[in-house]
Amino acid sequence: MSAAGNSALRLKPSQLNTPVAVELVGVNKWYGDFHVLRDINLKVMGGERIVICGPSGSGKSTMIRCINRLEEHQQGKIFVDDVELTNDLKKIDEVRREVGMVFQHFNLFPHLTVLENCALAPIWVRKTPKQDAEDIAMHYLTRVKIPEQAGKYPGQLSGGQQQRVAIARALCMNPKIMLFDEPTSALDPEMVKEVLDTMVGLAEDGMTMLVVSHEMGFARQVANRIVFMDDGQIIEANVPEEFFNHPQHERTKLFLSQILR
Amino acid sequence: MTMSEGDLAVTEIKFVRGATIAARPPPAAMTGALGWLRANLLSSPFNIALTILIALLLAWLIPELVKFLLIDAVWTGADRDACREVVQHREIGACWPFVWERWSYFVYGSYPIPQRWRVDVFFAMLAIGVVWLLWLEAPRRDLGSVYFFIVLPITSFILLTGWSAIGLPPVDTALWGGILVTIVVASVGIVCSLPIGILLALGRRSRMPAVRLFSVVFIEFVRGVPLVTVLFMASVMLPLFVPEEYSPDKLVRALVGIALFASAYMAEVVRAGLQAIPKGQFEGAMAVGLGYWQMIRLIILPQALKITIPNIVNTYIGLFKDTTLVFIVGIFDFLRTVEVARIDPKWAAPVTSTTGYAVAAIFYWIFCYAMSRYARAMEARLAQGDKR
Ligand SMILES: Nc1ncnc2c1ncn2[C@@H]1O[C@H](COP(=O)(O)OP(=O)(O)O)[C@@H](O)[C@H]1O
Ligand SMILES: [Mg+2]
Repeated sequence: MSAAGNSALRLKPSQLNTPVAVELVGVNKWYGDFHVLRDINLKVMGGERIVICGPSGSGKSTMIRCINRLEEHQQGKIFVDDVELTNDLKKIDEVRREVGMVFQHFNLFPHLTVLENCALAPIWVRKTPKQDAEDIAMHYLTRVKIPEQAGKYPGQLSGGQQQRVAIARALCMNPKIMLFDEPTSALDPEMVKEVLDTMVGLAEDGMTMLVVSHEMGFARQVANRIVFMDDGQIIEANVPEEFFNHPQHERTKLFLSQILR
Repeated sequence: MTMSEGDLAVTEIKFVRGATIAARPPPAAMTGALGWLRANLLSSPFNIALTILIALLLAWLIPELVKFLLIDAVWTGADRDACREVVQHREIGACWPFVWERWSYFVYGSYPIPQRWRVDVFFAMLAIGVVWLLWLEAPRRDLGSVYFFIVLPITSFILLTGWSAIGLPPVDTALWGGILVTIVVASVGIVCSLPIGILLALGRRSRMPAVRLFSVVFIEFVRGVPLVTVLFMASVMLPLFVPEEYSPDKLVRALVGIALFASAYMAEVVRAGLQAIPKGQFEGAMAVGLGYWQMIRLIILPQALKITIPNIVNTYIGLFKDTTLVFIVGIFDFLRTVEVARIDPKWAAPVTSTTGYAVAAIFYWIFCYAMSRYARAMEARLAQGDKR
């Protein structure tokens, strides 16, 4: 299912400054009394693709949202390309510029056209001249195979198309790391493949990716490691082969038996 | 029969229509004036009763109005005698010569007569600005907003208050009055309340406790007291804190009071709009790296204000009528000039007051109705946009 497309259009992955892309050290987080992340330790190397799975409510979204500071952690340290996330707004902006994110519900800007959605951040955050930003936007829209939709509004597109625009929008900032939070779970089944194909293409280009997903076929195909979370903890993390064939923990086995049924 | 099955199938296919039948027009009673009547005015017994009631009310009101304002009205005359039944020996309606004579007072107040052209220029400039800004197909609307929000306030200020250096003698604001004051107060309120209201609404949702506290206290305090109180405080209490020689002009104090009052209401209107924006929009904006103010300006406000336009205009309509309260602190707005003129002995007649109030009603109605229509048109336009 290699659908990376025209190789001339493949992006050159941005260079990370350090070999370690993301590092979480002893991260804890609470919502009031509710302990949502418990002592999370995770090290993601540059170019690595991590798929995170686990039951609903286990803290997967919370964890990856801490990586671009959409959520604050209360204990432990998070480093993104050697920048530590603290309350320092400059550091947060720096991290967000380098980390792209794709959401379950796309979160496209409905009042802007597809092209404007994509060119917005390069223009305002990277200060790219408008014409150049639009060229960049068209480049990535071509990459996700919807250049012809550039002039439309998000509401006129199908879910799969919207999610591909969201991916293009994130790529326009030329991020070093991409976060995906269940990118296909709000899509109709027939649209899942077009989005997964786009992501496989990204993986083949060497993008560092953290993907929350229950698409186990995708995980098998692209993941370097699969992380299983339950109850705010990382229960186990392993290469796909081992993870699927020899899960170590009872909870992992139970989860796999439910999801692979 | 000798037909084979194949023939039968072909024959059958002949019955399939190639084209869709055009929809038949609805029954006559559902279209045209009659259909409209049935659908809107006579749909239920309660509706029928209401329709009849309102029809009776109109049947009684409209002839009375026409009779008073037009048929029995006096059109010419030099003083009160023209409008008095005892002198004219006929039924007397509106006393229009009174309005003709005092019209320039209604418009300019006591603004010195040789300088009144300055007010006319101000009205013309304002009209250009309003049209440029509100007409969505107007050319160079970006220039239009620069004109409206920067050029217009500065030139109007110089023009109306005067600047001896360029040969415009100063005119004390105590002489301003009438429609001039009403328009100035309403414009300042309308133009200032939206940005201040937006800041307060954002402040109320801020994560900084001090900012949030200030916004909440301000909004709730101002909304908790009547405008009259705010005006009194602005004009009576301010001089207690600020030494007399530094204390600002009476009109300026009222303008500040009105602007703050309107801002507090606007803040709540805008807050409702902000609350309607899904959390995902904020997150999407943050995730692509936009800073707070970029996110607010480029993503959140365009969507929030769009859905809030009807409520914003409602607030403006309320504000426009509230400007009449500035008379409390001794400012001669339009309604106040009517009040003063109607008790002028020269025109003392039973119909003078009624005529004056009718003029005031027509004036306020025209402005408020125009705003309301504009809001309706915008709403329809936006509803169309959402369908795309
Ligand atoms: N803003 C919040 N306030 C309180 N609880 C929350 C909040 N966001 C998430 N939670 C809770 O935290 C837990 C983990 O949520 P989440 O990270 O979204 O789980 P997952 O993505 O694995 O389904 C859930 O039980 C959820 O109810
Ligand atoms: Mg989730």
